[in-house]
Amino acid sequence: MLPTPSTSHVSFDNIYEPAEDSFLLLDTLSSAPETAFLHSRFPPSAPPPLVLEVGTGSGVVLAFVASNASSILGRRDILALGTDINSFACRASSTTIRTAIADPRTSKPGHFLNVINADLTSLIRPGSVDVLIFNPPYVPTPDLPDLVTHEKYNALPLGTKSTTFEQDSHLLALSYAGGADGMEITNKLLAQLPEILHPARGVAYILLCAQNKPNDVKEYIVSWGKSWAVETVGFSGKKAGWEKLQILRIWRIAPSG
Amino acid sequence: MKLLTLNFLTCARKACKATNAAFPLHPKDAELEIVEVELSPLFVRNILPRVEWEALRTLCQDLGLPQLPATAPEPGELFTPNPSDGVEGEGIEEVGEEGEPTQTLKDLHHVLLETTIREGKLVCGSCGHEYAVKEGIANFLLPSHLV
Ligand SMILES: [Zn+2]
Repeated sequence: MLPTPSTSHVSFDNIYEPAEDSFLLLDTLSSAPETAFLHSRFPPSAPPPLVLEVGTGSGVVLAFVASNASSILGRRDILALGTDINSFACRASSTTIRTAIADPRTSKPGHFLNVINADLTSLIRPGSVDVLIFNPPYVPTPDLPDLVTHEKYNALPLGTKSTTFEQDSHLLALSYAGGADGMEITNKLLAQLPEILHPARGVAYILLCAQNKPNDVKEYIVSWGKSWAVETVGFSGKKAGWEKLQILRIWRIAPSG
Repeated sequence: MKLLTLNFLTCARKACKATNAAFPLHPKDAELEIVEVELSPLFVRNILPRVEWEALRTLCQDLGLPQLPATAPEPGELFTPNPSDGVEGEGIEEVGEEGEPTQTLKDLHHVLLETTIREGKLVCGSCGHEYAVKEGIANFLLPSHLV
């Protein structure tokens, strides 16, 4: 078992607390089949991989990958970059990642760049991401949080040191509320994948819940054509033939001869 | 925000992403902070091919940092061959047979990983939009009318 990063400094009033979905990502990314896949995809001859986590929240997942880079990716010259729409989460996850990398129990960690306050991958230079990780807001909800109020809620109220209850509710909703089928945000991210993933090496890990209709998502990826592949590589909560949560690996495959 | 991070970012506006002018973003009123990072010579060597050299030069120019050479250093300029070949060197374990890291490598490490923008703005060369950096965290959220 690789060490799980500490998130004891994180305020869970307005930042998503690591839960079953986060831990499923840790287990899947460090599983034997996935580390074997990643090791062979990023051999020492390949340039240092850029690992982007979208929506870092507490930072536990990116901190885990960055601090265990040698085990997970087979090399420590990796770059960890994060984005989150919640500025409080950006600060908290930066601390989580820095702490995990500096932990003396960690041997040969990767390199941490920054966590940036941004909407999904809108700011990423096309073709630059090697490994993308996304634990989306996947809960089906009647509406998405109102982004018009986001600017106001994204910082401490002027002259105060603590957030308000409405503010916390708004920020937390951004971490779980997925709109129709819980897929509205994930669909936006999926649409960005072909542009931002590296044209040869790019791979994405995306978590889904049963209500997201994972089979429809997989069919959608298949419709992108022969240069893409998709597979369920992790699941939890198997009940009556239904996986409650699952992780899709979506990756580019080189056109063969 | 590390200067190496800027190697992977463009303007967040859809209309700008396809234009060359949106990369690199240009720092403005930047307050720099040096945050020490342990030197990892092989990392610097490996990352170099991923660095858009022209963009990094522009960035250093914008920030008033020492001018970088016109072309990226060759791998041979990053290490001086180890004279005591075969002798276990002390210090950085990674160096191994590559030899000792040169000043060129150390300077690159300093620029890419230790030089950070603590406060200031990042300006898109295409649309002119300014993204704020506060306490080292860049804000790339756009007002809803610009999304
Ligand atoms: Zn722009």
